[in-house]
Amino acid sequence: MFDHTLPELSALLRDRKVSSEELARLFLARIEELDPALNAFITVDAQKALAAARAADARIARGDGSPLTGIPIAHKDLFCARGWRTTCGSRMLADWVAPYDAHVVEQFDRAGAVLLGKTNMDEFAMGSSNENSFFGPARNPWDTSRVPGGSSGGSAAAVAARLVPAATGTDTGGSIRQPASLTGTCGIRPTYGAVSRYGMVAFASSLDQGGAFGKSAEDLALMLGVMAGFDERDSTSIERPKEDYTRHLARPLAGVRVGLPKEYFTADLAPDVAACVTAAIDELKRQGAALVEVSLPNQALAVPVYYVIAPAEASSNLSRFDGVRYGHRAAAYGDLADMYRKSRAEGFGPEVQRRILVGTYVLSHGYYDAYYLQAQKVRRLIARDFTEAFKACDVIAGPVAPTVAFPIGEKASDPVQMYLEDLYTIPVNLAGLPGLSVPCGFGAHGLPVGLQLIGGYFDEARMLQVAHQYQQATGWHRKAPPGYGA
Amino acid sequence: MLSRDDVHRIAELARIEVPEEGLAALQQSLNGIFGLIEQMRAVDTAGVEPMAHAVEVVQRLREDRVTEADQHDLFQAGAPQVEDGLYLVPKVIE
Repeated sequence: MFDHTLPELSALLRDRKVSSEELARLFLARIEELDPALNAFITVDAQKALAAARAADARIARGDGSPLTGIPIAHKDLFCARGWRTTCGSRMLADWVAPYDAHVVEQFDRAGAVLLGKTNMDEFAMGSSNENSFFGPARNPWDTSRVPGGSSGGSAAAVAARLVPAATGTDTGGSIRQPASLTGTCGIRPTYGAVSRYGMVAFASSLDQGGAFGKSAEDLALMLGVMAGFDERDSTSIERPKEDYTRHLARPLAGVRVGLPKEYFTADLAPDVAACVTAAIDELKRQGAALVEVSLPNQALAVPVYYVIAPAEASSNLSRFDGVRYGHRAAAYGDLADMYRKSRAEGFGPEVQRRILVGTYVLSHGYYDAYYLQAQKVRRLIARDFTEAFKACDVIAGPVAPTVAFPIGEKASDPVQMYLEDLYTIPVNLAGLPGLSVPCGFGAHGLPVGLQLIGGYFDEARMLQVAHQYQQATGWHRKAPPGYGA
Repeated sequence: MLSRDDVHRIAELARIEVPEEGLAALQQSLNGIFGLIEQMRAVDTAGVEPMAHAVEVVQRLREDRVTEADQHDLFQAGAPQVEDGLYLVPKVIE
């Protein structure tokens, strides 16, 4: 039962083969039994969950359900949920209860999904391993001595371990796609502006985007259908007609042009990962896709550019955490400035502090032009590379991460080593494009490898088509970690 | 490369206390990050428009009408120190 995809569960609920309450109890029991070894969840609330499940059952009985009605889900702990502790993985908000719902949370509520809990994450979404959480690292169910990726590591681990059928995440530099790749799950980051950021605690406002994890491309299409849509409360939300993201899933790949950036297959990419991704691309060709070599000449500049822009925006966004209106306040301090300094030093972990300091520097007087403005200009060059490439292809394919999941602690001593994990995902965020990761095999140590697909602006349905068609012919997405499958 | 004074200065701007014993390590990791960032500084960007946003849109405006309700108590329930609807902080003006 816990291995089913969203459409399978939805059909079982509709046909009354199982009730939402039974599903909630099943997954809550799995969480209780299996989460201690994974630490995927920061908060679980069985009472709230069962109340929501009973309400969903009533709705289904009235014939008033929709695809997500009665389905248990989890939200990354970056989304404000009214009455739920919302920590952002940080000591700064360790005891803070959100007084309102994020737009994304409202959408799932309206759809009748059943919230089981809030998932673990790198603090304020800053990290690629979920090791930067105040609540301890989340662990990869494929090998619990290894990272699940980050920053949405908890959501990825929870879906991979079948603790919940689907979960939300956020992706600012790869924080959905990279954990999806490392945990053998499917993850999607939509076009910037597709999903409202209202109530999604801000890290880097021009890069952040909410997205989802599931076990199939179809799952992602259904999750996106609930999450995406105009919200006037987010000034960067794009006003456009509602979409059915499942509409192209069944179309065969014949004639779809798949772009292969020549800059991707370099020494940075581990050979075991390259082999899986190459085999996946060969499968797309076998299904009738046309492979086209494209070029992203500024690919190597993406990580340096990101680590100017993201910290700069983070330094601004996190300036609100000052111990005055919410969050951690130091127990002992002198004057007001001292209260700020100590509250922030105690509330923020080392990686968050590093990024705030980098951001403060690049925005400061005398350095703004040389760093922040320059980075924004190079950002445009990177975005232009994609626009140019998309003249010759419909989707771009390539790796998600340069390696499989690494051991907890391995990259902890050098921040830059960690940053280079995101070299294939970051350019997509800089350009504001949609991207997804689906499992495409196993690499070193039998660990999962993800295939990244990148689409044109608001072309998620086509990306999902390619992913779905690929999945129909292969079985990677149905593989569960040993001990967590049916 | 950042000097110790640079680190002090930025920490002050960012209102984050950096203890003396952690300063050297912090300076080193920040310099590592700036080493990474250096690569993008050399790029010729003459005539290139800075890109602040992914999608070309203009800030939406709305009618200047009150639409929010007063939820003082709800929002202040999670505050460190409040009294009579006010947030309490150390005295600023002597």
